[in-house]
Amino acid sequence: MANIKDMALRAQAEPRFGPGHSLCRGCGIPSIVRTVLSSIPGRVAVMNATSCLEVATTRYPFTAWQVPWIHVAFENAAAVASGVEVAYHALAKKGVLSEPITLVVFAGDGGTYDIGLQALSGALERGHRFIYVCYDNEAYMNTGIQRSSATPFGASTTTSPGGRVAIGKPEPRKNITEIVAAHRIPYVAQAALSHWQDLSEKVQKAYHADGPAFLNVLSACPPGWGHEPRDAVSVVQLAVESGYWPLLEVIEGHWRLTYRPSEPVPVVKWLSLQGRFRHLFQNEQEEAIEKIQAIINEEWRRMVIRDRNDAPWFTTEEAHRWDAVSGLPDSWEPRLGEPMWESFRTSPDASVSKNG
Amino acid sequence: MKRVPFHGPGLDLSALTVMTGAQGVAHAIRQIDPDVFPVYPITPQTPIIQAVSQFVADGLCHTHVLDIESEHSAMSAAVGAALAGARTMTATASQGLALMVEVIYLAASMRAPIVVAVGNRTLSGPINIHGDHSDAMLARDSGAVQLFAENAEEAYHFTIIATRLAEDHHVLLPVMVGLDGFTITHSAEPVELLPDTQVEAFVGPYAYPSPLLAGEAGTYGPFAMPDSYFELKRQEIRAVEGVLDIFDHVSEEFSYLTGRRYSAVQAYRLDDAEAALVMMGSHAGTAKEVVDAMRLRGFRVGLLQIRLYRPFPRAEVRQWLARVSKVAVMDKASSPGTLPPLFLDVAASVAHSQELVSVIYGLGGRDVPAVGLQTVFEGLYSDRLRQGVPHYLVGREMEQEED
Ligand SMILES: Cc1ncc(C[n+]2csc(CCOP(=O)(O)OP(=O)(O)O)c2C)c(N)n1
Ligand code: SF4
Ligand SMILES: [Mg+2]
Repeated sequence: MANIKDMALRAQAEPRFGPGHSLCRGCGIPSIVRTVLSSIPGRVAVMNATSCLEVATTRYPFTAWQVPWIHVAFENAAAVASGVEVAYHALAKKGVLSEPITLVVFAGDGGTYDIGLQALSGALERGHRFIYVCYDNEAYMNTGIQRSSATPFGASTTTSPGGRVAIGKPEPRKNITEIVAAHRIPYVAQAALSHWQDLSEKVQKAYHADGPAFLNVLSACPPGWGHEPRDAVSVVQLAVESGYWPLLEVIEGHWRLTYRPSEPVPVVKWLSLQGRFRHLFQNEQEEAIEKIQAIINEEWRRMVIRDRNDAPWFTTEEAHRWDAVSGLPDSWEPRLGEPMWESFRTSPDASVSKNG
Repeated sequence: MKRVPFHGPGLDLSALTVMTGAQGVAHAIRQIDPDVFPVYPITPQTPIIQAVSQFVADGLCHTHVLDIESEHSAMSAAVGAALAGARTMTATASQGLALMVEVIYLAASMRAPIVVAVGNRTLSGPINIHGDHSDAMLARDSGAVQLFAENAEEAYHFTIIATRLAEDHHVLLPVMVGLDGFTITHSAEPVELLPDTQVEAFVGPYAYPSPLLAGEAGTYGPFAMPDSYFELKRQEIRAVEGVLDIFDHVSEEFSYLTGRRYSAVQAYRLDDAEAALVMMGSHAGTAKEVVDAMRLRGFRVGLLQIRLYRPFPRAEVRQWLARVSKVAVMDKASSPGTLPPLFLDVAASVAHSQELVSVIYGLGGRDVPAVGLQTVFEGLYSDRLRQGVPHYLVGREMEQEED
């Protein structure tokens, strides 16, 4: 199992990201990027969608990136990664490149749930091998906190403001993790900034996935969510403890929770820490708060059923292949240049039927 | 003087094959054998990507045809692949090109040498699959180089030339090869294919300087504030301007293979001309026939054909048109509310811009008969055509909006 010392040593021996970025104080993005990159052995190349991360790390002529990094536009990071992956195979075949490279995509929720969804879906269907990391701060932060389809019900953003007659965003968030899992890719996970060890282990599994892997990681954004920078980790922690943000993984189509809060914290606690929900308290919007709790309860209930249904699979040998990979051995199999993942892709039905 | 449409003297007839422009481009791609070909189908580009896919299926080239989910993604993947270090080409038309345009600007700025075959087709709406140049005009200011072929063989040749041009280390820009939808993409004509080995030697291996995947680190596509954007944009502009000379060198070298020396503009019977048309694309071929026929009747007419549209060969255009008093610039595109794009380019190049006449023709694939072009010449001679407003060539008639 990765520990923070291992990761710090790795990051020190081979720095990949920072310093020299201008992300805000308390921003969740840099810890996510560092945790992801220091959990991957061997060479890495990064594809980045337009976002806070991209803008705050590459102001010409400076850069915070110490790996090959490419940004083209907002909605196309997965397509750019597809091109890079195919190019890698072509160059490897010619013997121009011999060392394996792990391709990592970083995109925000806007670049993933919304404008980049088509490019992402296409790339997943084609089976390109990359680790796609959506850092989810639940709005378009770079352009000034506009709502995205990741923005939760009731949150106030600059384009879904709470007001005398409005409760903030009137629609619940989109469940991108389910949408991605429906592509039957080998590895999908949901993680959070507050649980770095869980995130690191998921990255290591993603690294081993013989095909596309997707991680949806809850970040934190003090200006966008309206909390103190120093509270970033505890806000995200409450999102997990309240059941709002289940930590889970979907391996070869099988769902499981990777963390269960010992006792679910009422969501009000999470809401009350954040300015984006303040109007719900000021305007006596008990109903809205009840609705948020109801949405969480329902989502959690569905997740627990999935977890229970798929539990038998996690005791099989097939599942144990994935257990063996935690930790950071340097002997991991080469990444790109191998044939595409086949077994799961050609017989995804087993997992589907079990899910009911 | 008799015009020989497709070949010069000493032609080896046994080497001639009859094929469409789309097939010509596909053969060029087979011979160039790019590493990556990300594509999305759209009429009239489809025969290009179908033929390339078949070549790959038959083991005749090694290209990875990446059948992607949109043209936006096709161009995005192309940028990724080209910068990663792989030779990359693509093909599109019309709405597909429109979807690509955002990323074509980025390809130019990121210096991605991607050859894009464009089966020029009008833009919707109304939706229409036929040929005009309005799609290409969308990418006019993108930093992409643009060539316009006159026929199938030129489309074949330009695809090969474009590869060398795009990949020249002083260029490193996307190059669009325009072949008019249907009139070139789908019309079969004689094309003399070069031996595969000659094309391979001519384009050489792909050697992108410092490709993404080769280095330990590198930041491609950073964020530029007002304190640096302007300088970076000027570098790009300089590279585009530099194409005028480099095109000439590449074209000269190419002429050793074919005997055909392509210049950025081709003057056809213009030396002593009183009246001339300026045109690009397939209908320049029709115009040459009309020039020949009218010369037989004693009219001193000529044609200035634009092959390289971006960068625009301003000096050559000025030189050639300096002595011609009656000039009509023929646009197969419009710019509602002002004069059309080719007209504006020519007007910006010549000293006597006030005397130029603007004619819009062939929109949405409308037929352009020889008599129509003759009507334009006759209009020039009669001094009936007004300056400062576009005229419309519809069939054989010249029309103008009522004041
Ligand atoms: C095609 C296009 N539309 C809009 C924008 C403006 N834009 C840039 S970043 C951004 C929001 C990004 O949101 P997200 O992906 O969630 O990342 P975050 O800023 O939150 O890090 C928007 C709307 C753009 N760059 N390109
Ligand atoms: S606005 Fe939010 S997401 Fe963007 S840098 Fe600041 S804290 Fe991070
Ligand atoms: Mg966001």
